[in-house]
Amino acid sequence: MTDTAADTPLADAETRPGGRADRALPGGRTETWRHPPLVRISHWLNVVAVVVLLMSGLNILLAHPHLYWGLRSTFADPWVNIPPLPNWALIPQGRNLAEARNWHFLFAWIFVANGLIYLAYGFLTGRFGRRIWPTGRELKGFGASVAEHARFHFPTDDHARAYNVIQKLAYAAMILIVLPMMLVTGLSMSPGFNSVGGILLEIMGGRQSARTLHFISAGLIVGFIVVHVGLVIWTGPLNNMRSMITGWFVIQPPGSTAGPKLGRKRRVDDGEAP
Amino acid sequence: MNRRRWLTGAVATAATAFLSACGQAGTSLAEQARRMGEGLTRRAQRLLIPREALAPTYSRAEISPDFRANGSTDPAAADYRALKAGGFADYRLVIDGLVDRPLSLSLAELRSRPAQSQITKHDCVEGWTSIGEWTGVRLETLLEEAGLKPEARYIVFHCFDALDQREDGERYYESIDLIDARHPQTILAYAMNGQTLPVPHGAPLRLRVERQLGYKHAKYIRRIEAVESFDHLGGGKGGYWEDRGYEWFAGI
Repeated sequence: MTDTAADTPLADAETRPGGRADRALPGGRTETWRHPPLVRISHWLNVVAVVVLLMSGLNILLAHPHLYWGLRSTFADPWVNIPPLPNWALIPQGRNLAEARNWHFLFAWIFVANGLIYLAYGFLTGRFGRRIWPTGRELKGFGASVAEHARFHFPTDDHARAYNVIQKLAYAAMILIVLPMMLVTGLSMSPGFNSVGGILLEIMGGRQSARTLHFISAGLIVGFIVVHVGLVIWTGPLNNMRSMITGWFVIQPPGSTAGPKLGRKRRVDDGEAP
Repeated sequence: MNRRRWLTGAVATAATAFLSACGQAGTSLAEQARRMGEGLTRRAQRLLIPREALAPTYSRAEISPDFRANGSTDPAAADYRALKAGGFADYRLVIDGLVDRPLSLSLAELRSRPAQSQITKHDCVEGWTSIGEWTGVRLETLLEEAGLKPEARYIVFHCFDALDQREDGERYYESIDLIDARHPQTILAYAMNGQTLPVPHGAPLRLRVERQLGYKHAKYIRRIEAVESFDHLGGGKGGYWEDRGYEWFAGI
């Protein structure tokens, strides 16, 4: 029994409302329905919103490029000093706190609205549980998944129908922890919101801690984007992009793996594989 | 096929709306963004935050030993320098505009009114925070004395300082709505950390409007005016920094 191939996502495609049956392609390949329209639209809206938020956020950060922990700024003794950043990394290009804030808050609204719609959809349809929340059995296969990642050895056959456990944990952490952290830490920097959300401010340890945590969460998002885009490219950039644009993902014939074929064998970490 | 047509239509409609919004004469993209974002933010905060909700307060031990003074720190205007030389003995706060009884109050008269102290954080739009204790008279007290006319919608603060320190430079001004003006923590402070308000922090009188960012807390106030609209003042956006692209509603 593999950790993925016969799991629900396989049956998912045709039996769920809005699901589609697999389509056979020449050469033993199969097209499977992976991303429904709402997921694709919200993914790309999120790409735009997060990129604008990161770049305008860096511009805002440069208005006072020092981070502190606690209630207040200890000007003589910051925790971190941010070095000057190149203009290409900023929205707008060149330092401009007023315009950066204009962009930051408009796209924060887009980010929040998009995120809420995505979360509601994911939870109400049960899709989040089926596709992203790891099962206990998958968690037991964590070590094997680490080894798979360490060897940059990713299946592109039936095993690729479901996300692997590291992928699931990374997506779940982003969706449930890091992205909501951006909103919560951001709101906690608002003197208006502080008058009703003072408890959040206290949990974080003060507005300067909230600001520092906002920056750290943003760093985690950047780290996620780097790894995510890297793996999208490594495991078949055209197929991955196509699936997030059209919804259809191509499954390669059994035994296929991503990347250069350096004499790799079919993966053998299935334990009780037939 | 239907879905594809619907999607194409939706994208085209959104793109057209966006481009036409951006193309309006004389408004930059950033200004369009500000109008949309600030409108949502102001409505959301006014909807979700009770009018009387209080900004968090702190203990004396948490007061910043290094409270930063930003913007103007020693106005160069001749009228201000003359008042400063006399220890602000000749200072008068004028309250006029859409009021029934215009006021002109000395510092002694302000100090004779019920005083209020609060230890609050000062959140600069740049990102830093300092904590200080402020003592002064509630703005609402003075507005009641002057008697706001029904058509008054905003309170404008006219200040002594010009950021460029030129005699003919544009002087600082700010405005808040009546919700913030009547808020229990909105005071005109004449003391900071138990001492007479220092010049770098706005002597002789500054605004504390605790649920807004620092630039709303006008320093060096010389006149308070009740208005129906601030279109005729400065660049028409309701404040010195607002005229330079910052949000009028600075709750975040």
